Amino acid sequence: MSLVKCTSSALAITALCASAATARDQIQVAGSSTVLPYASIVAEAFGENFDFPTPVVESGGSSAGLKRFCEGVGENTIDIANASRQIKSGEVEVCTSNGVTDFIEVRVGYDGIVFASDITGNTFEFTPSDWFLALSREISVDGKMVANPNTNWKQVNASFPDQPIQAFVPGTKHGTREVFEDKVILEGCEATGAFDLLKEANGGDKKAAEKECIALRTDGKSVDIDGDYTETLARIESNNDGIGVFGLAFYENNTDKLQVATMSGVVPSTQSISTGDYPVSRPLFFYVKKAHIGVIPGLKEFAEFFVAEEIAGPDGPLAEYGLVSDPELEATQEGVANETVIGSGS
Amino acid sequence: MSNPDQTPAVAKTSLLKLDARTRKRNAAETRFKAYGMIAIGMGLLMLVILVFNIVSRGTGAFQQTFVTLEVELVAAKLDKKGNRNLDDIKKVSTFGYAPLLKDAFEAKVAVAGIDTGIKPKQMAAILSKSAAAQMRDFVIANPDMIGETVAFEFLASSRVDGYLKGRVSRDSIANDKKISPEQLDFVDQLVSEGSVTKRFNMSFITGSDASDARPESAGMGVSMIGSLIMMMVVLVLALPIGVAASIYLEEFAPKNWITDIIEVNISNLAAVPSIVFGILGLAVFINYMHLPNSAPLVGGLVLTLMTLPTIIISTRASLKSVPPSIRDAALGVGASKMQSVFHHVLPLAAPGILTGTIIGLAQALGETAPLLLIGMVGFIASNPPDSIAAGLMSPNSAMPAQIYEWAKRADPAFYERAWGGIIILLVFLVSMNTIAVILRRRFERRW
Repeated sequence: MSLVKCTSSALAITALCASAATARDQIQVAGSSTVLPYASIVAEAFGENFDFPTPVVESGGSSAGLKRFCEGVGENTIDIANASRQIKSGEVEVCTSNGVTDFIEVRVGYDGIVFASDITGNTFEFTPSDWFLALSREISVDGKMVANPNTNWKQVNASFPDQPIQAFVPGTKHGTREVFEDKVILEGCEATGAFDLLKEANGGDKKAAEKECIALRTDGKSVDIDGDYTETLARIESNNDGIGVFGLAFYENNTDKLQVATMSGVVPSTQSISTGDYPVSRPLFFYVKKAHIGVIPGLKEFAEFFVAEEIAGPDGPLAEYGLVSDPELEATQEGVANETVIGSGS
Repeated sequence: MSNPDQTPAVAKTSLLKLDARTRKRNAAETRFKAYGMIAIGMGLLMLVILVFNIVSRGTGAFQQTFVTLEVELVAAKLDKKGNRNLDDIKKVSTFGYAPLLKDAFEAKVAVAGIDTGIKPKQMAAILSKSAAAQMRDFVIANPDMIGETVAFEFLASSRVDGYLKGRVSRDSIANDKKISPEQLDFVDQLVSEGSVTKRFNMSFITGSDASDARPESAGMGVSMIGSLIMMMVVLVLALPIGVAASIYLEEFAPKNWITDIIEVNISNLAAVPSIVFGILGLAVFINYMHLPNSAPLVGGLVLTLMTLPTIIISTRASLKSVPPSIRDAALGVGASKMQSVFHHVLPLAAPGILTGTIIGLAQALGETAPLLLIGMVGFIASNPPDSIAAGLMSPNSAMPAQIYEWAKRADPAFYERAWGGIIILLVFLVSMNTIAVILRRRFERRW
């Protein structure tokens, strides 16, 4: 009989816990794996300096984070979504229909995307056109679109070393992929004249032409990496001809294994990105649910702490880790202090 | 029989001399034995490679570089009002403490007469980012010490630690912006002076996770507590439910098509990929029952679902192995069916049940996939929970999830810690399995 008692009491405890599980005092953050290291640095410092518990930061990607963010308002939904891109209008609609009407958009800074290869391999000086010619599914040859014939970097650009094309690019669920497409492939598409050809073929439809521009080849020369940068690094270490796409902060932690390529003649660094000389960068955001401010203890303090000068400023720990600090940080601080929600003319 | 002349022809084959067919059969046997030995050898070789890899890469995590430094806790900076009011002291953030480190290094260099050629700020950069927090915690705990000079033992930064462990060399930092050769020269001088030392690092076993900026202070302790709490939940729920279910199925249930279906389904459940249980847990426990995200309770419930079939199968097997004569004897002297089960069969089956449970628990301990979905992966740096209830409900990680998290972080120092974490996890698994083996050896009965 004791067995039955034991089981039933265990179940009762579980049920009790379930009913007691209402008051949450920990901030819950989820989203972009690019923002994760920065958010965890801030969370750690927040836990040290305030009497609030250390926030919990999960990764999973920008889209996954925003999806969870838009699930609704309440203690079992997350308070903050990290994103390495701005929220899309479709996502705002989902949010609104689920009751998440007011949220604050906070830009924390900028992140650079670098192209790096094995330290023992050849050095490269890229332009967006080179990447388009190497990785696009179709390129323009003598005024006609043909399936990409390039198999060696030497064919792409005569000044490049003799090395087979093998690129590891982020998979489509990553925010980084979008920046790579917009700032590199599309640029190259326009620069090589392929864009005009495609526009013509599509009857002047710009959107369709852009879509065809960013279609990458699928013959194995370009490999989508759905995992983290550690996976890209492992691929490059096992294949010295590989060239990978990384975040600046990741590269700076692995300078003994990777060498970085220049883009349009500029070496990526926090310096060259903040001045805008290095072209491939993107803003990083987080979104705060206004309805949770005042309900979840410390939420507003955390948001303010994140963008404080001593954290996100040019001398703060985030910049030290690889974030390019935002020159308009003051405006952001003001926006957070006033709880300016998105769409209210900020 | 009809032709006796042919019998001698058969008898010609000697038992002492092997004929071609026997030789062939014997050769086949020898070959098969050789294959078997090769297979075992391969398995052992893999094991040796695995253990060697884990140990050689992971042992570094158990050692850490420490810097001893005397810091003057300047009252003007730490307690501006001078009234030693704890609330006022708490207002000074860790950023207010950082400059003290620079001054401390400057003073140290002047006293020791070390010629460095680097700025005090760069000297302070050889320390972990946790140093300022360590001082602040000390001051808040001992406000009377403000104004005194206190000797602290700080962690060195991950690059300096890597330099002393041989992971980082002057060549490898050629492009590194986080440390310079001059700083390494400074470290060399401090090592020869004796204030930088490498020794066993207990906080790797007891500490909590740390952010990407300070891998040197990350530890497994809190996630270990998370794992233990989950195992407790699994034990409390899966053992009684599993044993009760198997006793009913084995001893009481009528043998008909319904019990057959249940039996087949339990065997199937044991083979379901664990990630499926994670999705189930997310849907039922978090989205429907509104249990908190990342809580060990939810992890424990999910792992209970996963462990139940294992426990039921092993319990049924050990109940089955109790000979029917024992039941018959009990029933024969007038015991009820239930008395025969609980007084005689269950105690005899207990060692088998325990072994199965421990092996099920060990399997659950190493499980990562379902935990990914219920939010137990990510940056979860909490202090050890202060009560069991808090341990159940407050966010935590688990050992395998922590290892997974470290393995994907940028700084190579985390990679080393991931291997170190694997060593700790393996120690747990091996000891659990050893307990299972010992229990079986000691209490097993043969009939």
